[in-house]
Amino acid sequence: MRIAVLSGKGGTGKTLVSVNLAATAKMSIYIDCDVEEPNGYLFFKPEDVQEEAISVKIPKVDNELCNGCRKCIGFCKFNALAYIKDKLIVFDEVCHSCSGCVMLCPEKALSEKEKIIGRVQKGTSDQVAVYTGILNVGEASGIPVIKKLLVENKLKADKHTFIDCPPGSACTVIESIKDADYCILVAEPTLFGVHNLNMVYELVRLFGKQYGVILNKCLEEENPAEKFCLEKNIKILGRIPFDTELGTLNSNAEIAVRKSEKYLDMFSLLLEAVTREV
Amino acid sequence: MKQLLILSGKGGTGKTTIASAFIRLADAKAYADCDVDAPNLHLITGQNSDPIKTDYYGLPKAEINSKSCIECDQCRQGCRFDAISAEKIYKVDPLACEGCGVCKVVCPVDAISLKPAVAGELMMYTNEEKVFSTAQLKMGSGTSGKLVAEVKKQLKSAAVDVELAIIDGSPGIGCPVIASLSGADMVLIVAEPSVSGISDMERIIKTAAKFGTKTAVCVNKFDTNLDNTDKIEVFCEKEGLHFVGKIPFDSEAVKAINNGRTITDINCSSGAAVKEVYNKTMELFNKVVG
Ligand code: SF4
Ligand code: SF4
Ligand code: SF4
Ligand code: SF4
Repeated sequence: MRIAVLSGKGGTGKTLVSVNLAATAKMSIYIDCDVEEPNGYLFFKPEDVQEEAISVKIPKVDNELCNGCRKCIGFCKFNALAYIKDKLIVFDEVCHSCSGCVMLCPEKALSEKEKIIGRVQKGTSDQVAVYTGILNVGEASGIPVIKKLLVENKLKADKHTFIDCPPGSACTVIESIKDADYCILVAEPTLFGVHNLNMVYELVRLFGKQYGVILNKCLEEENPAEKFCLEKNIKILGRIPFDTELGTLNSNAEIAVRKSEKYLDMFSLLLEAVTREV
Repeated sequence: MKQLLILSGKGGTGKTTIASAFIRLADAKAYADCDVDAPNLHLITGQNSDPIKTDYYGLPKAEINSKSCIECDQCRQGCRFDAISAEKIYKVDPLACEGCGVCKVVCPVDAISLKPAVAGELMMYTNEEKVFSTAQLKMGSGTSGKLVAEVKKQLKSAAVDVELAIIDGSPGIGCPVIASLSGADMVLIVAEPSVSGISDMERIIKTAAKFGTKTAVCVNKFDTNLDNTDKIEVFCEKEGLHFVGKIPFDSEAVKAINNGRTITDINCSSGAAVKEVYNKTMELFNKVVG
């Protein structure tokens, strides 16, 4: 069972939820697809970490062969090529690796080379297999890293798999939820929270996913996110109160369910609620 | 126009809360929300008119005319984004298509065309004295960096004579952030005192450093973890970054936001603290641009 945990914005407790659910489920898999800001490994502190570099193919020019016809530049939709001072320049960061320029060059002046854009790490923490994708600073797109993370885990669908998605509803999120059996949306009790929840809510509906909401940081006061769920008839899987003990454990990158029975009970109930839905 | 960009690496650190307070304190005449994936700033800056909306076209999407398609499979093999499927007929998945145009080039019978596609919406609020530029990316569109550039362009063209622009940046470290950084005169990073917050902060600082942009740091909700707040201060000192203050956790802030107000509009501890952060930041900013 593959469960994607998402939220319209970072900082709502997406990592808190996915890390603690994975730790509660014990023999499980945790995949951190938030490759721009991977945080899950800080909590799990995995051991026996193996690392693999992730690369994409980008064009390399042979200036001896290039005659400056600029055909490649005309083709590139991403403005990743320019002809400056009698030389073809490739702007690596914006190249989308479509290979079109290589295919088109009449002089065969372009070939492809590998460029490392990030890495994938796997390790274990107790019985949880922890996968982390890390995008290198300065790179534009984490999609190839996410793809790699998810392809690796396709085969092990029998275990509880928790996918910590990137924030937002952009292409990276879609990549992360594509094969998920269930989506957990984590929402904050603010006006921002509702706005952001609405976006991921529309996203999971667009993809025809099953979904439910976990309300995080619940205060005594009125909760606009809860109101939203009731209005739209969205399943509320559970509530996590705003509590300083949990806040402190979390900000120190401790896994709450491994530190206290109280939170283990709380997340066991949440896990049950989720499993019942799938 | 000089630009102060507010960034956080991770979302949810209170970046927008602080940006909105800055806008109020500076009585900013020009501001923008570059978080085009999840724009929130418009919720609390109290626009009283409707925005001018413009469709934003990202890259086109490929479309296959199944009448002329001879099912040669070339396009599917050529597409690096796995956007073409060949079940009953050859079809493009518009959510996966990046509009690179390779399939069109390889198709032997010219069955593929690239159709313009709306990828989001630009919004511009203006009145006699203020300009606010923002946008919403359409779900699943991948070209948010370009839309961020459009948001900034829209702001610039409407606010030519304005001296200071405050920009609420995008989260993460990828293409939208890189687009928000271009042209920024100074960056204020809103950090959160958690182990993950520190890790995100370090990554965004590295990204800003790549652009050589002057960077200052403040800590939000500092009292939720004093040890980590200390660590951030020490880190800044070591790296030669300007530390411009800390703001406490404040449940009043949640109330203010839920009522569509900024934290400086009400009398609260976070509002008072943000004023000091603002003063220090602007002092530095004026040195940088002056
Ligand atoms: S298409 Fe080939 S020959 Fe022409 S400018 Fe590009 S690299 Fe050079
Ligand atoms: S591979 Fe595609 S994106 Fe990269 S430079 Fe060539 S045409 Fe442009
Ligand atoms: S335009 Fe590019 S991404 Fe889109 S279907 Fe064609 S080859 Fe694939
Ligand atoms: S390349 Fe053209 S003819 Fe061949 S399968 Fe694709 S659309 Fe059909």
